[in-house]
Amino acid sequence: MAEPVATSQIIGSDGFELHPADETAILRELEHYEQPQAACIEALKIVQRRHGWVPDEAIPAIARVLGIGPGAVEGVATFYSLIFRQPVGRHVILVCDSSSCFLTGFDELKQALVDQLGIDYGETTNDSRFTLLPVCCLGACDGAPALMIDDDTYGPVTADDLPGLLEGYP
Amino acid sequence: MSESIPNQRRSVGYRSRLMQTEAERRADTHPLTWRLRDDGEAVWLDEYLRKDGYQSVRKALSEGDPHAIIATMKEANVRGRGGAGFSAGLKWSLTLQGGDRPRGYLICNADEMEPGTFKDRLLMEQQPHLLIEGMILGALANNSRYGYIFLRGEYVEAARVLNRAIEEAREAGWLGPDINGSGFDFDIAVHTGAGRYICGEETALINSLEGKRANPRAKPPFPGQSGAWGKPSVVNNVETLCNVPAVILNGAGWYQGLSGDRTDDGGSKLYGCSGPVDNPGLWELPMGTTGMEILDRAGGLRDNRQLKAWLPGGASTGFLLPEHLELPLDFDTVGKEGSRLGTGLLTVVPDDMSMVSLMRNLEQFFARESCGWCTPCRDGLPWVVKLLQSLEQGQGEPGDIELLDKLAADCGPGLTFCAHAPGAAMPLQTALRHFRHEFEQGVGKPRGEAHQDPIPVGEV
Repeated sequence: MAEPVATSQIIGSDGFELHPADETAILRELEHYEQPQAACIEALKIVQRRHGWVPDEAIPAIARVLGIGPGAVEGVATFYSLIFRQPVGRHVILVCDSSSCFLTGFDELKQALVDQLGIDYGETTNDSRFTLLPVCCLGACDGAPALMIDDDTYGPVTADDLPGLLEGYP
Repeated sequence: MSESIPNQRRSVGYRSRLMQTEAERRADTHPLTWRLRDDGEAVWLDEYLRKDGYQSVRKALSEGDPHAIIATMKEANVRGRGGAGFSAGLKWSLTLQGGDRPRGYLICNADEMEPGTFKDRLLMEQQPHLLIEGMILGALANNSRYGYIFLRGEYVEAARVLNRAIEEAREAGWLGPDINGSGFDFDIAVHTGAGRYICGEETALINSLEGKRANPRAKPPFPGQSGAWGKPSVVNNVETLCNVPAVILNGAGWYQGLSGDRTDDGGSKLYGCSGPVDNPGLWELPMGTTGMEILDRAGGLRDNRQLKAWLPGGASTGFLLPEHLELPLDFDTVGKEGSRLGTGLLTVVPDDMSMVSLMRNLEQFFARESCGWCTPCRDGLPWVVKLLQSLEQGQGEPGDIELLDKLAADCGPGLTFCAHAPGAAMPLQTALRHFRHEFEQGVGKPRGEAHQDPIPVGEV
């Protein structure tokens, strides 16, 4: 593995420190791959699981653990849609907007979410409870229209189901 | 028949399921699904072994002839179930191996994100050991050192099931060093993604596996020559790999016979149907089953609506018409009709759906999911979306439809690194061919008045 680079001076780490358990988890991921960069996406997900999102300051910290440049980590962190680069709510709602859902009531479901939560895509409720995002086909087309809340997949979901469904995510 | 399964969707929690009961499935006719349980629980190692699991690997290891595996796969002509339909055996025969070459990788493409596709999810959530067995056979044939299941991040349940099954297989000696006393070593890791449809493109997938942005790579070199970390790498879809154990155990002749005289393509297929139908779902049926039979099994359209058009296998396939329902759904027949079999899961469009609106939805998807590597795709698709939005609102202007023709042609095969842009072009071109009048009705402004605003790149 490459010698760790003192990247914090370049970008300014603002004192961000990886949680020791996260660092251990990232190092464990390295066992699966020929080169450490391959663990980059998983490392971002590990940090996101703890903080809810990936702050800028975490990028050089992850880069140091992996022994790669911060640019490589930043490039990846800005590419993948499930890596969040700004704070999100306690629960993230991913609404499937692909064809089968579009054909079976996506528009009504999306509008009901907007109405009930008072937010649109990319926004978080004032109480930091929910963030709403679109997602490409969830592979639940026989249960369309579908959505995910955190790790749970639901479908078919109607506007009437929403209040009861959202109650499960305080 | 499928009607005997009651609709159990009282709760809105989603569960993947097959629409055929155990009584309807047999080992010799339903190689992909005969072991599945009616209760939808995963088939773990004990049960898999009771149902003849790992017999195929046992046979292949005792014979110890990787070339024989490839020869059988080629003869069976197992065509790639990720949608491209390339012969898996032929792909394997092109993997560089032997001499002083390093052993490479066997990568399972489990990034199922093609809109309208939900088949690999079922196989992974309910029958993980069939995939593992298929991967071991693939590793034997290609002399692969290590395997990855590149799984989309949203498939949380599949990740849980696969990781537990891999652990079971390892403990029982089906993975790891010296598999079943054969001297062959191979292990598997589940690599979960973080979104982006483009990861399903095989070279973009390899970049993503390496921890990079999922941009496609130029071919050649093909992954079999130089893939993950420059090593010979094979990328196969979940369903393709799940076909391998039965092919090796029962032979190419049996596999070819599964489809009867319906088609030249052999085997069975996980077909499906979604959209506004009464019973959307999945069925394992002989390759070459007609769209009509699948639509019938799905109970036809809801609320007495009529069928207007259908996509045979995902958003990147071309629209077919009701008259095409009689055709056998195989790779070549569907290809001749200006579409592609794709994943073989039908998306049904009812007569009251505007094709302009549906195309706007599809192209918004392709524009958003473009990785941005090639100009026709990155800049062309948002432009297509803008034109479709105008037409949808009756605000199009003369020339818009011809412009759509041109933008679609610019996304054609060979003009971009990967198949994302051609995949975006095919539904658009077929929609413009079959339903041009609907697009023409959206032209409501004189020339030069409609498109004053810049293209909202990134906001489509």
